[in-house]
Amino acid sequence: MATTQTAPSSIHAHRASRRAQAKMSARDVNVFYGDKQALFDVALDIPAHHVTALIGPSGCGKSTFLRCLNRMNDVVDIARVEGDITMDGGDIYALDVVELRARVGMVFQKPNPFPKSIFDNVAYGPRIHGLAQDRDELGEIVFTSLEKAGLLDEVRDRLDQPGTGLSGGQQQRLCIARAIAVNPEVILMDEPCSALDPIATARIEELIDELREHYTIVIVTHSMQQAARVSQRTAFLHLGELVEVGDTQDIFTNPRDERTQGYITGRFG
Amino acid sequence: MQTLILTIVLLALTAAGFRLGRRRALALAGGRPKDLSALPRYYGVYVALWVFVPAVAVLAVWYALEPSVLHALVVGGLPPELQALPEAELGLLYSDIRNAVALGTTPDDSAIAAAVAHYRSLSASAPLGLGALALAVTLAGGGIGLRLVSPQLRARRSVETVVRALLLVSSTIAVFTTIGIVLSLLFEAVRFFRLVPITEFLFGLEWSPQTAIRPDQVGSTGAFGAGPVFAGTALISVIAMAVAAPVGLLSAIYMAEYAPKRARAVLKPLLEILAGIPTVVYGFFAALTVAPFIRGFGSSLGLDVASESALAAGAVMGVMIIPFVSSLSDDAIAAVPNSLREGAYGLGATRSETIRQVILPAALPGIVGGLLLGVSRAIGETMIVVMAAGLAANLTANPFDAVTTVTVQIVTLLTGDQEFDSAKTLAAFALGLMLFLVTLVLNVIALYVVRRYREQYE
Amino acid sequence: MSDTAPARPATAEAVARGLRRRYAAEQRFRLYGMAAIGFALAVLTILFATVVANGWSAFRQTYIQLDLPLEAADIDPDGTRDPAVLSRADYEGLVKKTLRGMFPDVTNRREKRELYDLVSSAAAFDLRDAVLEDPSLVGGTFQLRVPASDDLDMYMKGYIRADSPEDERRISDRQIARIEALREQGRVETGFNLGFFISGDSREPELAGIAGAALGSLWTMLVVLILSFPLGVMAAIYLEEFAPRNRWTDIIEVNINNLAAVPSIVFGLLGLAVFLNFFGLPRSAPLVGGMVLALMTLPTVIIAGRAALQAVPPSIREAALGLGASRMQMVGGHVLPLAMPGMLTGAIIGMARALGETAPLLMIGMVAFIVDLPKGPLDAATALPVQIFLWADSPERAFVERTSAATIVLLVFLICMNLGAVLLRRKFERRW
Repeated sequence: MATTQTAPSSIHAHRASRRAQAKMSARDVNVFYGDKQALFDVALDIPAHHVTALIGPSGCGKSTFLRCLNRMNDVVDIARVEGDITMDGGDIYALDVVELRARVGMVFQKPNPFPKSIFDNVAYGPRIHGLAQDRDELGEIVFTSLEKAGLLDEVRDRLDQPGTGLSGGQQQRLCIARAIAVNPEVILMDEPCSALDPIATARIEELIDELREHYTIVIVTHSMQQAARVSQRTAFLHLGELVEVGDTQDIFTNPRDERTQGYITGRFG
Repeated sequence: MQTLILTIVLLALTAAGFRLGRRRALALAGGRPKDLSALPRYYGVYVALWVFVPAVAVLAVWYALEPSVLHALVVGGLPPELQALPEAELGLLYSDIRNAVALGTTPDDSAIAAAVAHYRSLSASAPLGLGALALAVTLAGGGIGLRLVSPQLRARRSVETVVRALLLVSSTIAVFTTIGIVLSLLFEAVRFFRLVPITEFLFGLEWSPQTAIRPDQVGSTGAFGAGPVFAGTALISVIAMAVAAPVGLLSAIYMAEYAPKRARAVLKPLLEILAGIPTVVYGFFAALTVAPFIRGFGSSLGLDVASESALAAGAVMGVMIIPFVSSLSDDAIAAVPNSLREGAYGLGATRSETIRQVILPAALPGIVGGLLLGVSRAIGETMIVVMAAGLAANLTANPFDAVTTVTVQIVTLLTGDQEFDSAKTLAAFALGLMLFLVTLVLNVIALYVVRRYREQYE
Repeated sequence: MSDTAPARPATAEAVARGLRRRYAAEQRFRLYGMAAIGFALAVLTILFATVVANGWSAFRQTYIQLDLPLEAADIDPDGTRDPAVLSRADYEGLVKKTLRGMFPDVTNRREKRELYDLVSSAAAFDLRDAVLEDPSLVGGTFQLRVPASDDLDMYMKGYIRADSPEDERRISDRQIARIEALREQGRVETGFNLGFFISGDSREPELAGIAGAALGSLWTMLVVLILSFPLGVMAAIYLEEFAPRNRWTDIIEVNINNLAAVPSIVFGLLGLAVFLNFFGLPRSAPLVGGMVLALMTLPTVIIAGRAALQAVPPSIREAALGLGASRMQMVGGHVLPLAMPGMLTGAIIGMARALGETAPLLMIGMVAFIVDLPKGPLDAATALPVQIFLWADSPERAFVERTSAATIVLLVFLICMNLGAVLLRRKFERRW
């Protein structure tokens, strides 16, 4: 454990209060890929209605940690996850994985729209989960989601066209709309802008800020500027360890750990 | 025998050419290999090629032309009234002559007997002439090659040019095979369509290809409406695909998405065994085991099942096609990018929902390509239907009836002894042409679809 | 979905409501997959089981021990011991006489006929061969083990049951009584069926063997190997190492891929029209069969050859070219030797397919009834799969057994070839 806090007693007090208001909370999380350990005793709280950014050099385990939060590592044969992760105080491993993922949505690094129409892409989640009673309600969900994702105006008249025909930025917003349509509580974003151009990136960042009102967001990013722009809290991971976590403002202006400082000032990365 | 001797002599001379060429090059360079512009052995190969290639070319031309030259000479030697016969009769006469030569008999007709003798003397002197010609070409080639050898000769480059040409020629054999198939099928089929109108062949509903032995025989005029044959082929193919498509696709899905790695390593080769079993074994299995079983099962249900039911042949054929469908579907499923799977799982889809609603639609073109190749296999499959399907051309969609297929008819029409020019044998080529065209179209579409699909995810 | 009050419990509840149904569907789907694989493997098992169960008994054959009195008066009345005289003697009569002697109660013609039918017609030939080889046998009593007739063989192997109605079996009650009598005398024995492996085809099941067909297959495969391997390797080298990227190369490639999927019977038609009718090559000859199958195998060899060449890393090519070798020297000296195992593997797999191929051979006449063993690629011959096809058509029960046995032999060959290919690949598989 590498979180740098000062007095042991205050750690506990601090943690307890944090945990109480945290949407999700991880303790002693270790992840192994075969013989290789990818995460070491990571402990992190995700506050509700905040954007939490995970930063760190590539291979530091930030994506691995993100994928623990909705148990996406389950589908990787050789991955093994140990530790304690809770949502609203309940163990996520006690939940059914389908329900967990419905409540903790995910947006991926590369836009991955299904080879279906734009409408069907967004309607996919509500359909499989049976969230809409009838066609009208489904259409309502799709429209609201597209609107929230800021895509509705661009695609309103071509909902029946394949989602793969959109531009990269639009595809990513489609994927966000797809995630929103299930009405999750948490949205995990794994470097959602890494495949996009600056303009599309700016739109997504704007969107993330708007979404914060309704959702708890965890975003992995390799761009410190992005973390600074969109997040309220930032966690810095290095070589599988959580080095430092705090308010984004503090992390960027006043890092406590010299590794954080080194990364932020660009000495390594 | 003479071919064997020729080959041995030619090879020996080629070897001699190699030694002479190398020696001469070294001698010209005064025994100093450094003064040569290529390694000595290239000079050897250079001369050897001069010996070998012209001789082989001459032999090839000779063997290709021998039958037609013989034909022209023998026919040319016939009395004028025989030469004036119509082409078909002349052809018959010529094959009589050849038969007489092959059997060593002497026909009664003196003119024909003379022709037979002529043929014999020609074919007896042919090997001598061929031998002399080949030897002359070989020696001449060797002589030219040796004269051309000089230290300045870029032997390596020359040799490599020839080898490269050889490589090019080998790669074109596939093209020539296709051309050969098309031409031979087309040529005979056109002759057939002169006897039977193409519309009758394609759309006629009566198929009974017996030709009359006596002109006054009843019902022996021969009907060449291949409609029932095509329908039978379609019926059996549909049955086969009804077995192969679901079983192959579902096994591919199970192996690609569910089976643990170890199980997959065992199951996949086991399924591949099905593709390696000779079709004649499937045919035997269908006729011996499956057909009686289906018949017995049917009659226990009170159904009237033919002993050569389309169902038996089709079902066994379907089993044969399972591995084709499954391995191509497996490739297609494996090519679906993982990001799509994760996208669906990330929304909370179960495994089967992900497969059915995301992976399969994404892999559909590849799967369709695999299914098309499977259909093409089913249409072209021969032994299973020859052994387990019927001969009678019934126009029916009842899988318990016996039907016949294109391949069965080809085999039936061409095995057994008959005149090659009769409508019956020519019909086999017309059927073959249809078979080739249909499978070709299916293959081209399938390969195109599969390739486009691969590019999409690359 | 309202903006102010997130319907969180609603989502979770809706999901939870559907879970049971969805997991049931998941289970069902998984079960379909397992059922599909199970079905395929079950058919495979049944197929092998039927073939083996029907065929293993053909590797044993029933023989009858006869004590044949070889009286000089019957065989060589003048005592010349001249082979011409010896070979003309009535050995069939001798065998019949011996049989009659063993059952003196047999009198009427029908019973005699039934008696003679217990022994294979090969008995007389075997006897003649024995006498010709050793003329001193004449005058003594000769013990000869002759193959029993197929019906007796079937009875001994239990395929014909004595308790079935007499008119439904090919062997009469009287014959069964005789067999049992012979058995008590210790004259009936079952032994390894060597004849099956060393004889050619025959109309008599007990005499029919696979040697002719196997030899025919061998000659055919030799021709296939000689033609398709060098041509395939050369074509693969050209396409992979020298061919320019142009239209012509594309045409060649498309052609090869298409040819790999052309029905085999079409190759047979090509062989019939071109090799037999146009070039006038002999019918039924393994040479022609080999040529046709070589054309069919060529695409497989080329495709495998190209894959093997592609697997050789560029570093090796660059190293050779960097030392000043020409492209040809680089390919011949460095790339080809490394790609050879892969090419051989492809060739073996192609040959295995060709070995099991039947339909094209039917087109070029390798489907005749041929008793003699082919001595070369120009002799008339059949091939193993064609023999299976021919025997499968024969009505006698004993041929079912032999068809299955021939199938076992063919499958064993194929398994060995494929196993060889796998081992070869394992042995030379390199991780670059």
